[in-house]
Amino acid sequence: MKESLVDRLKTLYMGLYKTPFSVKLGLFIVLLVIFMGLFGSLIAPHDPFTQNIAFRLSPPLSVIAEKHHILGTDPLGRDILSRIILGARVSLIISVVSVLCAGTFGTVAGIISGFYRGFLDIVISRIIDIQLAIPFMVLAVAIAAMLGPGLTNIVIVLTVTTWARYARLVRAQTLSLRENEFVESARAMGAGDFRIMFYHIAPNVLSTVIVISALEVARIILAEAALSFLGLSVKPGTITWGAMVADGRDYLERAWWVSTIPGLAILVTVLGFNLLGDWTRDKLDPTLRIR
Amino acid sequence: MQNIIVVIGVLLIAFTLVRLSGDPISVLLPPEASFEDIQRLRAQLGFDRPIYVQFYIFLSSAIQGDLGYSFLYHRPALTVVLSRVPATLQLTTLSICISLVIALPLGVIAALRRDSWVDRFCMSLSLFGQSMPTFWFGIVLILIFSILLGWFPAFGRGSIRHLILPSVTLGFYNAAITTRLLRSSLLEVLNKDYIRTAYAKGLAFRIVLFRHAIKNASLPVITMLGLQFGHLMGGAIVTETVFAYPGLGNLAISSIYMRDFPVVQAFVVVIALIIASVNLLVDILYAILDPRIKYK
Repeated sequence: MKESLVDRLKTLYMGLYKTPFSVKLGLFIVLLVIFMGLFGSLIAPHDPFTQNIAFRLSPPLSVIAEKHHILGTDPLGRDILSRIILGARVSLIISVVSVLCAGTFGTVAGIISGFYRGFLDIVISRIIDIQLAIPFMVLAVAIAAMLGPGLTNIVIVLTVTTWARYARLVRAQTLSLRENEFVESARAMGAGDFRIMFYHIAPNVLSTVIVISALEVARIILAEAALSFLGLSVKPGTITWGAMVADGRDYLERAWWVSTIPGLAILVTVLGFNLLGDWTRDKLDPTLRIR
Repeated sequence: MQNIIVVIGVLLIAFTLVRLSGDPISVLLPPEASFEDIQRLRAQLGFDRPIYVQFYIFLSSAIQGDLGYSFLYHRPALTVVLSRVPATLQLTTLSICISLVIALPLGVIAALRRDSWVDRFCMSLSLFGQSMPTFWFGIVLILIFSILLGWFPAFGRGSIRHLILPSVTLGFYNAAITTRLLRSSLLEVLNKDYIRTAYAKGLAFRIVLFRHAIKNASLPVITMLGLQFGHLMGGAIVTETVFAYPGLGNLAISSIYMRDFPVVQAFVVVIALIIASVNLLVDILYAILDPRIKYK
């Protein structure tokens, strides 16, 4: 007997009802940020690019020409709330795309390395070792400076600097998975290397990859924010939270809100993704707990 | 042998990265420089030779401790980088101390009072610490302790007071991770049989905790501190920028912008060497804490 839609919604609701408060909070934050990313231009109270030098650095809750600026204005008189809402899009696009790219690349490299072993494995493992020996920020800053600013470039930077984290774990898992009977029986049925790697081994490493990705989104958002802050991320003029924090640095004494409020947006967003990531890990693969 | 390959790999990455990042000639010479001038400088600096020859020359002189001359400072690149090392080492060392001062009590209390409000508070604090952008935390600290209260200077280097805010900024993320790790590691150790044995032979709680539990629980924490050291060096780039602190990170950022290749190369090499020696230190500490570990 098939469940009716109502029953299924009820199960979903009950499942959600039983989850701890922290997960609900995380889910709420993440959904809010996604909503801001999708419909930012519709819900923003003002145009984020309109400058009004006469009313620059107005404090939060000020009313200018019958327009409310709930979070105040920046050094060029632009509405901070609207810019935060619009900034969500860039953060989301960069983090999601980078995690997808790094996850795919790292997983494929890890499976190939663990499955074939031998020379290929030595080469890939050595590249992983070398990459993990250089501090993440050092490498990211160097590559970002080399490629110059831009959306595609920053995705490349974050992919190149983080794929090794997936590859190392996936490789270790593949090494033990390939000794299992199901690989042997697949081989006996005439399956080729490609089929075994991506139809038989890949589904078994998927939960690990999902857990790393869930936690990695938060770290990538932080990394992108740091690069934006240093002026190494997307092109100047694009709204990012990191760049907004940097914009306000010189006005700390006169206008504390210009820097601190966008930073708070980063903090809350990353917190939401961390809460969801921790929950995903506890549900799917608690062995990854200590990291 | 493996370490040598890793070091050569690090050198290769440093070498290719800076070379791909743009032509230093365009920064060194004025825009109206003639073609002959450009060619002469290229030949003088060795950029006219094939790339693998350049790498070979770079590698063989690097082994002899010669990492080239800085284009900007007109001093050996290694000297330029080494002159900034003390500043960054002070910063990272103090930040590790600060993170331990925060993390040790919090992690132990959280583990002992598992699932109590103290535990929840510590874990929430740790999650906040992990979710906080370093540069933003630094700016908030400047705002509160420098601009509002006037207790510490906001930028520069000189006295110990200059070091406090950057170290706290850098150490806080570390404290968050260490608290979490120490808690889970201590929880695991407290369930072990030898802890029950220790209680059974009548030892006081304090002695069991300090001599049996914490000592064993600290092994993964020390491993992680060693690993985190590299991240601290990287994190120092951002923190030093926020506080205009004249350390390695600051030098690296300005050298990348100015295309001062030799300095960037020397920076990566020095960082790799520092991390390697920290790892060695961690191995030695390991053997002291756990006598079962022997090195041949």
